[in-house]
Amino acid sequence: MKYMITLYAAPGAEPGYGTPEFDAMMGEYMTLGEGMPGVATFLAGEGLQGVETATTLRKRGGKIETMDGPFAETREHLGGFYLIEAADLDAALRFAAEIPAARYGSVEVRPVMEY
Amino acid sequence: MSEAALGQVLRQDRGRLLAALVSRVGDFQKAEDALQEAATSALVHWARAGVPASPLGWLLRAALRKAIDGYRRDATLSRHRDAIAVLSEEEAADPDPQTIPDDRLRLIFTCCHPALEEKTRVALTLRSLCGLSTPQVAAVFLDAEPTMGQRLSRAKAKITAARIPFVVPGPEDLPDRLNSVLTTVYLIFTAGYTQGPETGIDLCTEAIFLARLLVQLAPDQPEVEAALALLLLTHARAAARNGPDGQTLPPARQDRSLWNRTELDEGFQLLDHAIARRAPGPFQLKAAIAALHADASGPDWPQIAALYARLLDFEPTPVVTLNHAVALAEAGHPAQALAQVQQLERQLSDYQPFHAVMADLLARTGQNEPAKAAYDQAIARAASPADRAFLMQRRQGLG
Repeated sequence: MKYMITLYAAPGAEPGYGTPEFDAMMGEYMTLGEGMPGVATFLAGEGLQGVETATTLRKRGGKIETMDGPFAETREHLGGFYLIEAADLDAALRFAAEIPAARYGSVEVRPVMEY
Repeated sequence: MSEAALGQVLRQDRGRLLAALVSRVGDFQKAEDALQEAATSALVHWARAGVPASPLGWLLRAALRKAIDGYRRDATLSRHRDAIAVLSEEEAADPDPQTIPDDRLRLIFTCCHPALEEKTRVALTLRSLCGLSTPQVAAVFLDAEPTMGQRLSRAKAKITAARIPFVVPGPEDLPDRLNSVLTTVYLIFTAGYTQGPETGIDLCTEAIFLARLLVQLAPDQPEVEAALALLLLTHARAAARNGPDGQTLPPARQDRSLWNRTELDEGFQLLDHAIARRAPGPFQLKAAIAALHADASGPDWPQIAALYARLLDFEPTPVVTLNHAVALAEAGHPAQALAQVQQLERQLSDYQPFHAVMADLLARTGQNEPAKAAYDQAIARAASPADRAFLMQRRQGLG
């Protein structure tokens, strides 16, 4: 089954760029899943640029409205995602627990719709 | 007659049947639907042809047939071909519920999965393992029946959609997951203990039933043995916990002749077994504290304080900190206890026992005016008229 894991954190919660902690964190992201063979398969994943670069759009009655900023004004912002293949929720949660963002923010695990 | 027989089978063995079905059907909701349909047809068939020799076997086989029908009705048939083939084989083999493996341990791990809300875990466990009906589960929570029905449906839908597995967790996850199961059982017990038998459902008995089931299905687990010990050691004192006027009494002031000796002895023995396995855990500490409260020579407060301090390593919660402070004060350190309790003001300001403890500690350390103010807070939040009367008497004693 496929699971989408979205990463949320407050701005500035992660280690600052250029610090040894930042490098260690990036190292963890690069090797994520390698220590857990058979738990989950990495399908896709990206980190997003900051919410100040976000544009929200909606279409009402044929008219497009665009707004500066993210869809939801919350303290913790969507910062990236993973798409994984895992046998069940326990395996997906085991993968999610290794994501550095779980330590300084929150990660949400959701099954992907099957058609 | 047949209706009573069906009711009895479902009350007693619903968990066993449901567990067997979930493991075969592979889907919580479909398994429950199949069991429901099988029960409905049992009402008709048993009334006509009499109660079968093995009611449980009849229900299991009928439910397997209903599950096959359910898959056949489903529009996305091609996906279910394998499931139908497996179920047809199972059904043809005429499984005997007395000899098939007991899958209730897997069922309880699914019902108490941490991906479900705590209240949902309690509700799902009562419904699935204890065989309570949805209206009965609703009554436990003082919820409207449709609200509880929705909660249970949402939970089953999530189990299927997010694929919460129907397995006993591996060694790496077992301690945390077992703790989630035992906490659910303990919540059921405390709900019964505080609520009393008002709802007509004895939740304490249900919790003890679940704990015994776990001891049987997951043997050699010290935390499981200790959880059952904790329930028994607490339940043994149930008849003595209130004074003649209804006031709550601490164990030290209870009439010991009202304590249930059989439950106490079993509790002590289970706890000894658990501790001998040398793998400490929160339920062993809580059971050991309950055992010290029941000690024939009165509570050993320094020892109780030490156990609470150790429990804080596992559960660093304000309530455990409060209990630790009470034990410290009883062990002769009221000033230290007071300092500890004062730190909890912000977190526990709505918690009645916090104010009662605070008042007592202030009085013990000679601070009568602040103590009176704390008593007023405790009196305003008192759970019963008898408790209120007791606190007012203490307050008046301060002059």
